[in-house]
Amino acid sequence: MTTRKIEILVGGFIVLACAAFLMLALKVADTGFGGASQTYTLYAKFDNIGGLKVRSPIKVGGVIVGRVGSIELDRVSYTPVVKLEINAEYSNFPETSSVAILTSGLLGEQYVGLLPGFVDDTVLMLGNGDTIEDTRSAIVLEELIGQFLFNRGN
Amino acid sequence: MIANRLQKIGHQTLSTISGFGRAGIMLFGAIVGKPDFRKGFPLFIKQLYVIGVLSLMIILVSGLFIGMVLSLQGYNVLVKFGAEGMLGPLVSLSLLRELGPVVTALLFAGRAGSALTAEIGLMKATEQLSGMEMMAVDPLRRIIAPRFWAGVVAMPLLALIFNAVGILGGHLVGVEWLGVDAGSYWSAMQANVDLYQDVLNGVIKSAVFALVVIWIALHKGFDAIPTSEGISRATTQTVVTASLAVLGFDFILTALMFGG
Repeated sequence: MTTRKIEILVGGFIVLACAAFLMLALKVADTGFGGASQTYTLYAKFDNIGGLKVRSPIKVGGVIVGRVGSIELDRVSYTPVVKLEINAEYSNFPETSSVAILTSGLLGEQYVGLLPGFVDDTVLMLGNGDTIEDTRSAIVLEELIGQFLFNRGN
Repeated sequence: MIANRLQKIGHQTLSTISGFGRAGIMLFGAIVGKPDFRKGFPLFIKQLYVIGVLSLMIILVSGLFIGMVLSLQGYNVLVKFGAEGMLGPLVSLSLLRELGPVVTALLFAGRAGSALTAEIGLMKATEQLSGMEMMAVDPLRRIIAPRFWAGVVAMPLLALIFNAVGILGGHLVGVEWLGVDAGSYWSAMQANVDLYQDVLNGVIKSAVFALVVIWIALHKGFDAIPTSEGISRATTQTVVTASLAVLGFDFILTALMFGG
């Protein structure tokens, strides 16, 4: 009878630990096992990505729709190419959409802001592997200050 | 004079090295070999109860309070920058990456490690271990192995529970008491915590700590001088050595996981 009691308590302990892990995995971390949600890929070329990092969020109107998959330098034009991994449930962005690298708050982290464009009969939808043409680079604070000081000199 | 000094240094070095050697041989003898699940499993469950379930209370309470204190202190600093929305990531990342594994290991060394050392030391002092050998029962397989595996299994589980309770404690103080928005507490946490980078690295850390703490505890007990003074010294050594080893390993693991 004592073995049975011990076994029940150990079982409870294991279940508690599993519950803790599930809570950490599902409620605290952002993805479940293996990033369960399906994504599709878009590319965007920028002149300057500022402080953008891999796994930075992609937001539409403040809502996170995906994450930056990788950042590479184009071998021909020497401009950064950012691979955007967007959740498959948000699959209907028109090709007139634009992306910009924005900063959350004055000193916060940088993220990719996606602005959906207009839709009419001649506009196609962006699909897996397409490139977004209309991009705005990150604002580098030092350059901005430099320009400001330079203009004041005149 | 100089020769005596040299001899002392040499003696200490040699005894340290032979201590490592004995610890290695003990662990090797305990875990390498054909496993006998039918006999070993009930022993393992019994030890899981003694080591894991009975440590649950101290883990739950200290996890809750550490989460609450983190939240309180973090709030006081963050609110000055108007960044109290980042309280969730602060609490969860510091728990998942550092405090969870480390504090669990320290508590575990104090709660379970010292008990193991004393238990095995007393078995040695009362010649139960020699008795077993007389009966052709290998004490390494019968006594050391189930305790070792139970410790290695129990500690990562305890650390997970510690983390979860700590984050809930942070929620309790931050959201319920200090009035941080519940949505931003959880969503900022979800945006900043990564399952592999943070949660699983914490589990790996705590598995390494488990190995270190339980090995030290078992070795100190198995190697204790079989007198009451020897056992008391071994128990103290377990807590001190295991705590220092955990802190040292924590630095190395942090540098490997998050340093690059």
